[in-house]
Amino acid sequence: MEKEILEQGLNHNRRKFLSRLSLGLGSAALGSLLIPGLFDGRKEAEESMMRALPHFAPKAKRIIYLFQNGAPSQLETFDYKPLLQKNFGQELPESIRMGQRLTGMTAGQSSFPLVGSYFDFSQYGQSRAWISSLFPHLASVVDDLCIVKSMHTEAINHDPALTFFQTGAQVGNRPSMGSWLSYGLGSENENLPAFCVLLSRGKGNGQGVYSKLWSNGFLDAKHQGVQFSNSEDPVLYLSDPDGMSRDQRRKMLDQIAAMNDLSYQQFNDPEITAKIQQYEMAFRMQTAVPEITDITKEPDSIIKLYGPECLVPGTYAANCLLARKLSENGVRFVQLYHQGWDAHDNLPNQMIGQAKDVDQASAALITDLKQRGLLDETLVIWGGEFGRTNYCQGKIAPENYGRDHHPRAFSIFMAGGGIKSGIVYGETDDFGYNITENPVHVHDFQATVLHLMGIDHEKLTYKHLGRRYRLTDVHGNVVKDLIA
Amino acid sequence: MPNVTKIFAACIALTFGLGSCKPSSSGSVDLISTDQISYNFHIRPILSDKCFACHGPDANKREAELRLDTEEGAFTALKESPGQFALVAGKPEESALYHRITSQDPGELMPPPESNLSLSPQEIDLIKKWIEQGAKYEPHWAFMKVEKPSIPSSEWGTNEIDRFAFAKMKEKGLKPNEEADSFTLIKRACLDLTGLPPSPEILEKYAGFRNGNTYEKLLDELISQPAYGEKMAILWLDISRYSDSYGYQDDNIRSQWPYRDWLIHAYNKKMPYDQFLTWQLAGDLLPNPTKEQILATAFNRNHKYTEEGGVIDEEYRIEYVLDKTNTFSKGILGITMECAQCHDHKYDPFSQKEYYELFAFFNNSKEKGFEGDVSVSKPAKTPILWVEREDLKGILSFINHSDTSRLSISVMGELEENEKRTTFILDRGVYDAPTIPVEPSTPESIFEFPVNLEKNRLGLAKWATSRENPLTSRVFVNLIWQEIFGKGIVKSAGDFGMQGDLPTHPELLNWLAADFMENGWNIQRLQKQILLSSTYRQSSEITQKHLEIDPDNFYLARAPRLRLPAENIQDLVLSSSGLLVSEIGGPSVKPYQPSGLWESATSGRGVLATYVQDTGSKLYRRGIYNFIKLTVPPPKAIIFDSSNRDRCEITRNRTNTPLQALVMLNDPMILEASRVLSTKLSEKYANPEEAIDEAFKRILCREMKSKEKTLLLRYFESELKEFEKKPERIQSTLDVGEYPMNPKAIHAQNAALMQVIVSLYNLEETITKS
Repeated sequence: MEKEILEQGLNHNRRKFLSRLSLGLGSAALGSLLIPGLFDGRKEAEESMMRALPHFAPKAKRIIYLFQNGAPSQLETFDYKPLLQKNFGQELPESIRMGQRLTGMTAGQSSFPLVGSYFDFSQYGQSRAWISSLFPHLASVVDDLCIVKSMHTEAINHDPALTFFQTGAQVGNRPSMGSWLSYGLGSENENLPAFCVLLSRGKGNGQGVYSKLWSNGFLDAKHQGVQFSNSEDPVLYLSDPDGMSRDQRRKMLDQIAAMNDLSYQQFNDPEITAKIQQYEMAFRMQTAVPEITDITKEPDSIIKLYGPECLVPGTYAANCLLARKLSENGVRFVQLYHQGWDAHDNLPNQMIGQAKDVDQASAALITDLKQRGLLDETLVIWGGEFGRTNYCQGKIAPENYGRDHHPRAFSIFMAGGGIKSGIVYGETDDFGYNITENPVHVHDFQATVLHLMGIDHEKLTYKHLGRRYRLTDVHGNVVKDLIA
Repeated sequence: MPNVTKIFAACIALTFGLGSCKPSSSGSVDLISTDQISYNFHIRPILSDKCFACHGPDANKREAELRLDTEEGAFTALKESPGQFALVAGKPEESALYHRITSQDPGELMPPPESNLSLSPQEIDLIKKWIEQGAKYEPHWAFMKVEKPSIPSSEWGTNEIDRFAFAKMKEKGLKPNEEADSFTLIKRACLDLTGLPPSPEILEKYAGFRNGNTYEKLLDELISQPAYGEKMAILWLDISRYSDSYGYQDDNIRSQWPYRDWLIHAYNKKMPYDQFLTWQLAGDLLPNPTKEQILATAFNRNHKYTEEGGVIDEEYRIEYVLDKTNTFSKGILGITMECAQCHDHKYDPFSQKEYYELFAFFNNSKEKGFEGDVSVSKPAKTPILWVEREDLKGILSFINHSDTSRLSISVMGELEENEKRTTFILDRGVYDAPTIPVEPSTPESIFEFPVNLEKNRLGLAKWATSRENPLTSRVFVNLIWQEIFGKGIVKSAGDFGMQGDLPTHPELLNWLAADFMENGWNIQRLQKQILLSSTYRQSSEITQKHLEIDPDNFYLARAPRLRLPAENIQDLVLSSSGLLVSEIGGPSVKPYQPSGLWESATSGRGVLATYVQDTGSKLYRRGIYNFIKLTVPPPKAIIFDSSNRDRCEITRNRTNTPLQALVMLNDPMILEASRVLSTKLSEKYANPEEAIDEAFKRILCREMKSKEKTLLLRYFESELKEFEKKPERIQSTLDVGEYPMNPKAIHAQNAALMQVIVSLYNLEETITKS
């Protein structure tokens, strides 16, 4: 008899917290991890701002950002400069450099000899875009790409430049782009975080990544990027301990909930109810996440598309495939970082390796999204934190040279998600040093990306210590020419 | 079931509560209920938030030459409409300001629609009322000298704090809760003063106490424990952005940990706050400074240092001085000066010139911007304090350093007189755009820098700790309050400026700050005052009325329920299981951490490229000692809302997320602690009921109730059956963590008890200060 009563109690508890759960979902689905927002007493002004989102019909619903960490050279990828090959070894004219500051690595060099790409370029697609021979797969999807050759930034070192791209400020503890989107638009999938982060590394000279790049800054912690790891747990602490069955876990959660409920009866604290909900959400994540990260059920055609490396966890190819799966399942912002592009010396060799890592899988991701009908609503972004100098750092030979950091002009590309396809935007001078046409500042890029997501970058703000902050600080113009 | 109804009712009430209780855009004050309008409490928050950006202190961005943040500016004839005035006392209809905020013409309306700002009807109403009442300005409350107010009379409470608190409760229609039971109070006080749950001995000694004297003895006993300093240091480590690595690109190891040892020591020896600050700001400038005084100045050197090859030296040297300036202004003065780095402050009366005058105090250190890349990295950077063996036997005996190597710590040290730098205003805050030279000074609107003070950091420390300084004492008292009640009397603890929250209990804040200074800046006395108050000693039970009138508990008619900080969750688990190694100080430790975190984010350079986990006793140290690598901070700390130590932080969030649930359920540290405790109790008791009883007491720090006992025993039985059915799972369940396992303890009963204990660690109450 006692046992029956108790079991009834347990079932009752489960029902109870499930029904509590349903109270929280739907309307309150603002944050990546949903329920926490329920009780944090959001300020009224902020609430009305949130109700206004999206500010207009979005063109893209989700973003996959393939960050090429370390800064790939524009001169060996998309910005073809035959003059540099022709004028090999000649001094960079001061009329072109125009007092541009240099990093400490080349500031001491007595000369700045020009060096052209070791790799050949050809033209592809309707836009006749120049693409180097390192990227045959990307060349094959050129009609889906929007190549921007006129990016520029303010920072000249990796850490501030990366931080600037991701958070809109060179220093400081500001929210990352993905955190802003999680905050503004929330998640489409209640069992997955809105902002996921995947890391990989090539063999080239690497620069670290830092968790502040996917930090929530002053936003609520639920907007923090959740780093997926390629070790035992895709999400930290996700797996139950050895020896524990799902059934046993379920029983433990019921036990915890029943005890917490006694506490609730005494204290009436809504935080206790919220806690019970968080445990339920955790339980669901334990099922949902491994299902998504499991690529063993992908058909051969997909494996072939991304290349055999996609079966090796932690590679760029594997992460591209995982990014597609997460995005397909409603993750708002998937942020990849591929390290290894910082080629201060031995650039041709390093580029060959890095390009091999990313070319096929980047193109495959675009093709894969397209064949699933998802490319229209998914914005794919590919690029680094700045460009590289047109002059050589260190010893110079046509087949072996290095390039220093160059913030004044560099190339990225985007695809899908309402961006114009098959175009090349912006132009640089014959030296590939200065922008001559349609400059796009990092803040303009950020404003444009938010615009594609249906957000007015001036209106997505958060008040912290007396000031309203936004991703684009007090700058940024939407580049309308890039929008389809 | 009546419970269901109750829960639904609570949820619904909560939803309505959030909708109908309207904290003002910048704070917590109920705007509508007052007849007498106050500039400070009603009007300035509106003007500051919605008007000052264009009509405030920033001269360069001021529109139409109209300034609304000063009385003089607001009553001057309008430059663009001669004969008209923004404000006409007593006459809203003749005041251009009122006309513009109520205009139907989008070209006239203020704030302009394109600013994305607007005034609510209530705000417009308040402004109207204020003008009707004469549009009187007041100086900003936080910049007025701290005066000790008279104490309201009251029929409730123990000490002065209660008189102020009760007056507010009454005003809001609230009644204080009953005093919490002794178990609850003991746990609460232990957590607040030591960060540890009460030991079984403390519980035994004090449970059931009836009189205040016994309770006071408990507080004294807790403050005298070394664990007190460890608890106190955590907040200051956030403020001083302490870490074990340099941050930036390659993020190599550094050795600032002796500073942490000093912090713990300073709290334990009850150093008064004014001295505590002076040593940290300017210990090196004191006459014949001791090594201890110099060590304290590491406070100014804990920020990040770049080791990225190729950076420009001066760019980063300036960056470091900016960080010191911002840390001083935020952590000690509670103001956000950094806006004035690039331009005059938009909300507060701080000019860009004043920013660089403050900056000038920190600009004459021997520090360099760049001392080489990671390949030549050293554990400290110029200027360095060397600690020798003999120092450790003498004045620095509090440093926990066991091997024979000498230690180096980054500290402060000034340039020689003939090498001193001139500080310039930096245009837009950029290092290579100096404009006008400035002298060291402090913002005039706070409290003018006396002419007799040295124009160096020591003078700055004296200015900060002067009885005349309106901010230092208020900010610190508020921080202590925040640590105990979960939020400060001023909720925006790092912003006492125009945009900050208003104090919920302004007189109480003034009283505490004045009393604190009058009594020698005695931190422990202040804490005891608070902990002895009846306000603190209330139970934390929440009634329907609380949820209706004061869901956020601004008015303290109940004790708060607060989730523990990350460090103290670890402390609680290790301590209650008996695993805690209570050694004080020393280098940071690397406990269990999911594999691959450091490795996947590193550049591959430096000694922190891979995570080398510690073993043995280093696995069981308090959370404060966990190694903090800036670019990959300890994951559990971040999941539980710790500061990432990137910059000075003075308030942590308190979120509730599924990732936290996953940590509590699956973290090897918690599983190991559960296994060790279950093993110990299985050996001690044949009867599982007794074992559960003790486990409960150790973890929850109170007696088990009968309903809880039934549930726990039931759960134990069911787990026991499960393990008896599947004996192959016993070993793998128990086999967690490096703490040695007695082979004889591998049995179903132990495994089942372990599961019960894991479930206890996962209770909301366990990691809540209630």
